[in-house]
Amino acid sequence: MLLENIKTGTFLEFVYDFYKKMKENEISLVYEGEITHQITKAFTAMAEKNLESQKVDSSVQKKVFHVMVECLQNISKHTDKINDEQEPHGIFIVSRNKESYFITTGNILTNEKSASLRKSLELVNSLDKEGLKDAYKKQIMGGELSSKGGAGLGLIDIAKKTGNKFEYHFLPIDDNFSFFILISKVSL
Amino acid sequence: MDTMNLVGTDDTPNVILDAANSKFELSGRSLPEDVAAFYKPILSWMEAFAETVPDKITFDFKLNYFNTASSKMILDILLKLEEMNEDNDKVTIRWHYPSNDEDMKEAGEEYADMVEVPFEMIEY
Repeated sequence: MLLENIKTGTFLEFVYDFYKKMKENEISLVYEGEITHQITKAFTAMAEKNLESQKVDSSVQKKVFHVMVECLQNISKHTDKINDEQEPHGIFIVSRNKESYFITTGNILTNEKSASLRKSLELVNSLDKEGLKDAYKKQIMGGELSSKGGAGLGLIDIAKKTGNKFEYHFLPIDDNFSFFILISKVSL
Repeated sequence: MDTMNLVGTDDTPNVILDAANSKFELSGRSLPEDVAAFYKPILSWMEAFAETVPDKITFDFKLNYFNTASSKMILDILLKLEEMNEDNDKVTIRWHYPSNDEDMKEAGEEYADMVEVPFEMIEY
């Protein structure tokens, strides 16, 4: 299939289109695959270097770094598998425009998890700075680390540190699964 | 008490727990792959140390980054220190934060609000 596409030129066109789309949207990173701790470290190191070379304000750099870490860890801890053979995969995109950086993640979740996550996101998006501080305090003092090593603080903390609302979508795949897309924004 | 001295890496902090020289420090960056496994020996050390009924101690936190899973473990260390702080004058926390890092400053202020231990906020 791929070889055929290359021969007919459609694959080459795809590569060029993809390149142009990335440039247009100032996408600095796209990844699809398994999200491991090594991947997280590699991406954050890369982003740190890029942000530094772009002379981005250091507090913005730290926020972008933090949102990347938390989002990558969310994918690696919470992604579900449709079949048993594959390790959980996700898509991860870092892009920007004149005003903001955007960290976008996409991964598969069971519909059951999607429903409870939707509730959490609705709640987090409804809170102001003080509300987020209270929610953070309540969660860190009351919560235990989950078996996967999460503290249940990631989304609250992203909202608190960025001061922005999440954008999110749950695209239905079938009766059991949805594709979850989360966009976090760090203002420049 | 044995001294614990861990040199930091790109995802784990420097840890100095030295009862003999009364030096206690957590610094650098904390986003370990397995947060619970990394912090467990530190919390066990603190537990054993508390039983020796130490004199005054000052604990320095000089982190430039930690993820939310680590933040829970840092609270556990602070709660241990709170337990040791019986008469409210035994333990002091020095929370160091980079001068341009409002979030790290705020994190210290929030911890100070959660535990009953005196906090000194130190900009560097």
